[in-house]
Amino acid sequence: MTQTQDGLTKSCCTADKTATDKTTEEVLNPRVDISETNEALILTVDMPGVAEEDVDITLHKQVLTIEAKKTERSHEGVNPYYIEHSAGLYQRRFKLTEEVDRDGIDATLKDGVLRLTLPKVKAEAAQKIKVMTA
Amino acid sequence: MLSTSFRKHWDPWQELNRLPVDMNRIFSGLSDAVRTGAQVFPAMNVLSGEDRLVVTAEVAGVNADDIDITVEGDMLTIKGNRPVETLGEDEKHHRRERGTGEFSRTLRLPFEVDAAQTEAEYAQGVLTVVLHKPEASKPKKITVKRAS
Repeated sequence: MTQTQDGLTKSCCTADKTATDKTTEEVLNPRVDISETNEALILTVDMPGVAEEDVDITLHKQVLTIEAKKTERSHEGVNPYYIEHSAGLYQRRFKLTEEVDRDGIDATLKDGVLRLTLPKVKAEAAQKIKVMTA
Repeated sequence: MLSTSFRKHWDPWQELNRLPVDMNRIFSGLSDAVRTGAQVFPAMNVLSGEDRLVVTAEVAGVNADDIDITVEGDMLTIKGNRPVETLGEDEKHHRRERGTGEFSRTLRLPFEVDAAQTEAEYAQGVLTVVLHKPEASKPKKITVKRAS
């Protein structure tokens, strides 16, 4: 049982925490849930304080990078008294070990939660390509 | 016996061993344990003005109707429930860092506030609560009358 689970985790994604070097903004490591259904890989990322237009998702080769600029609303006439969260750049990188349908990737942001759906490449489709390349 | 209990209370080697850990915490500040492991939910900010407070809480993925705010004197409590989302019967989980279920957090505010004047707003997963100092506790300037 445990072995199967480990195998699944390996075959799905390996999380990779990488520090950024292109920005001086504070890099924030958002919390992520990684799930899988028969059809897709689903990433759920907590990103409070992010607007839709500030989310940047890229899939380069097998590396999926999620970046989002987080802003803090400014309030007039008040000064920081106790601070636990601040503006910055949410950043998380994952290495996918499974083929995904790049054109079918879907991302939605609701109430500060990013839901990323990466459809798996269907077995039949993969086979077709194999035949063509042979 | 005596030496064991002594060691239990204060072991110089243990102190030294612990040091690098704390140092790392100070310098990296970005290690996973500090960033995602040891944080309380929700993360909150308190901004204070002369007679107004702005409290923000990061409660992503919560329905605004499910957030319960209570104000009593100088205590503010934020309660809520973050639902477990199911993707389907065939779902498998590889990594679960986001917490689900009920949460509650109480903060002591820098001064007492008037519960009736509290306003709250929820946007982009951030709850903003604006609280006001009650009229009665605002500093009042007293003019000294000249006795005639």
